[in-house]
Amino acid sequence: MESEPIVSIRGLHRYLQKQHILRGIDLDVFAGQLVVFIGRSGCGKSTFLRCLNGLDELDEGQIKIAGQTLEKSARKTTASEFSLQQQSQKVRESVGMVFQQFQLFPHLTLLQNIMKAPMVVKRLPENEARDQSRKLLDKVGLLAFEDRFPSQLSGGQQQRGAIARALAMSPQVMLYDEPTSALDPGLVDEVLQVMKDLDREGMTQLVVTHEMRFARDAADLVVYLEQGQIVEISPPEEIFSQPKDERTRQYLRRFL
Amino acid sequence: MRRASFLLTRILVLSIGLSSSVSWPVYGAEKEKTIRWAADSESGAPYAFQDPKDPTLLKGFEVDIIEAVAKKIGRKPVFVQNSWDGLIPGLNRDTYDVVINGIEITDDRKAEILFSTPYCLTHEQIIVRANQEGITTMADFKGRIVGTLKTSLAQRMLEAEPGIEVRTYEEETNALEDLRNQRLDAVFFDAPIALYYAKPDTTLKLVGAPVGELSYGIGLRKKDRALLNEVNRALLELRQDGTLRAIYERWGLWNPIMAKAFQDLSPSTGQPTAYDDFMGARGGHDTVTEKLKLYWSFMPLLMKGAWTTLEISVLSMILAVSFGLFLALCRMYGPWIVRGSATLWIELIRGTPLLIQLFFIFYALPHLGIKLTPFFAAVLGLGLNYAAYEAENYRAGLQSVPRGQTEAGLALGLDPLQTVRHIVLPQAVRNVIPPITNDFISLLKDSSLVSVITMVELTKVYGQLASTYYDYLGTGVLVAMIYFLLGLPFVRLAKTVEAKFSIHHKGR
Repeated sequence: MESEPIVSIRGLHRYLQKQHILRGIDLDVFAGQLVVFIGRSGCGKSTFLRCLNGLDELDEGQIKIAGQTLEKSARKTTASEFSLQQQSQKVRESVGMVFQQFQLFPHLTLLQNIMKAPMVVKRLPENEARDQSRKLLDKVGLLAFEDRFPSQLSGGQQQRGAIARALAMSPQVMLYDEPTSALDPGLVDEVLQVMKDLDREGMTQLVVTHEMRFARDAADLVVYLEQGQIVEISPPEEIFSQPKDERTRQYLRRFL
Repeated sequence: MRRASFLLTRILVLSIGLSSSVSWPVYGAEKEKTIRWAADSESGAPYAFQDPKDPTLLKGFEVDIIEAVAKKIGRKPVFVQNSWDGLIPGLNRDTYDVVINGIEITDDRKAEILFSTPYCLTHEQIIVRANQEGITTMADFKGRIVGTLKTSLAQRMLEAEPGIEVRTYEEETNALEDLRNQRLDAVFFDAPIALYYAKPDTTLKLVGAPVGELSYGIGLRKKDRALLNEVNRALLELRQDGTLRAIYERWGLWNPIMAKAFQDLSPSTGQPTAYDDFMGARGGHDTVTEKLKLYWSFMPLLMKGAWTTLEISVLSMILAVSFGLFLALCRMYGPWIVRGSATLWIELIRGTPLLIQLFFIFYALPHLGIKLTPFFAAVLGLGLNYAAYEAENYRAGLQSVPRGQTEAGLALGLDPLQTVRHIVLPQAVRNVIPPITNDFISLLKDSSLVSVITMVELTKVYGQLASTYYDYLGTGVLVAMIYFLLGLPFVRLAKTVEAKFSIHHKGR
């Protein structure tokens, strides 16, 4: 590849209590790619995603994402080096995240949910934040629901709202942690459609999911993780028809 | 509107007061012209009590005496109400200049304050039920249950004798009630109390010869020697010109002990007009209309007490709710030293009685140079106490907000503080409205404790009126209703707010 990767991970390790959750992950993602992470429950794919914006702290290795670096500096050499927390703070301003349980703020209306971060973090004036948020709501098809509270929306609507909320910070990279797992089957497609639209517009997206059909249709790359390690990285048409690794084949047998 | 702005002024003054620890509002600035004297008007007739004819007026032989003394020394008497137990501590913290409230001159009190020459000499009196025989002297108390007033000389006399089961009371009427209900075998009172509370009651009788001899003195601060001399000279003059005797005759209290001590053995000529007035006014409220008229006459005092209660409660609650939030945030998000201090503070406050805290703030802090007015001390004491409880409410509320909400805030680029401020706290506050409302109702009731630091609030007014009219039931119901009505609007308000917020919480 000629350009720099927008996400570049080297030697990422993560321990939790005594368990070794991530055991040395290396990965490059380029701007505009949609990368899907699959694997059994407990394989470390959610932890991996949460390390990317510092919600989980990495223990070893380095993550470069959206122009920022996350690194545990065991030896503080210069004053300009920031703690992992401060680094994460920087990262989060240009990396959006969508959660399995939506996590819209229940005390705010849908519109207020989306306006909040730009107003607090970027100090955007209220009217600007409102205009921008309405555009985003329109984009995810929820403009008519702007005054509703999250409890008055369906799961699919809430998750589309959560995507719009993350987009309001104009992120360079979007992270999705099982975005459709908590949804009724009938509501899954409306959320995936939004993600496909974003892909078409050139958004870089990293998605942890069990939606194999989505992976096959929309992903540029599919990453199979097992026991905290990347077993295989392949384009979907390869991984679903002729996986290189026997372990991948074992796992995907159920979906083929 | 005027009340609201008054409240705001108080809040303003309070916040200014809190920010500067030195310039507390000073009262008694015209000290030269006045003499501030304290008594507990709940201690009742004939000492100092609410006039049965007009409950807003203070009456009593001690009121007459202190007014006569003040006139002699050319000062204007200013009355300060305090609970009896707090009279001497309040004197020593300079809340007033003298105390006169049936305080017996004893050696242990002399260690704390100065006493004037006795203005009144009297004795102890044995009281039994009218149909009761066999008790006429203290020797007959052996093996019996005898009631008296707390911290009185009578109590010490009883406790010096072996084999007597002593029960002590705050209120003379309560002791007599227990005697009537056969919970006591006898009551042992200072003669003036016996005369006013037991003698008129046909179910009781005064028996035996006068027991012991006790003298009441006016109490002053140790450093006020000059004032003591003035007071003593005034008392001597009043004794010599017959004023003192006239007062005692009016109140029906002139007795052989005083006649001997004052060297005035002439036969009694005066009519006990004050005594007759009191008995006349106190009785005769038997018909329903008369009762209602009586209760109606309580209204100005009760309303004043209720307003004080409300004012103190609302201001304390504002303090509790804001300082409690601060404590909770410190305890949950502060660095370890802040967290530790907040936790220690909360546990310390929750683990000690409110009464002790009030006493400490009002009577102990002056020794450290911090002298608060009773009102500030009351608001501060209640407010800080409840802040500890509110902090725990907030903490529970903050913890009930799911972790995912915090992560969502952080993931959007809010820093930890912004996340608490904009995401977690607004949800937590909604969760704590019901427990905080409950606490306000508790605070409203706990505010009755501030009577120990001279505040005359609703419960104190109740005590004053009930002990004057000997009507605990009717007055009690009336006061209970007022407390209930005071709390009601806040309960309703909380319900409305809660209902408004509840929609956001469905199916989270």
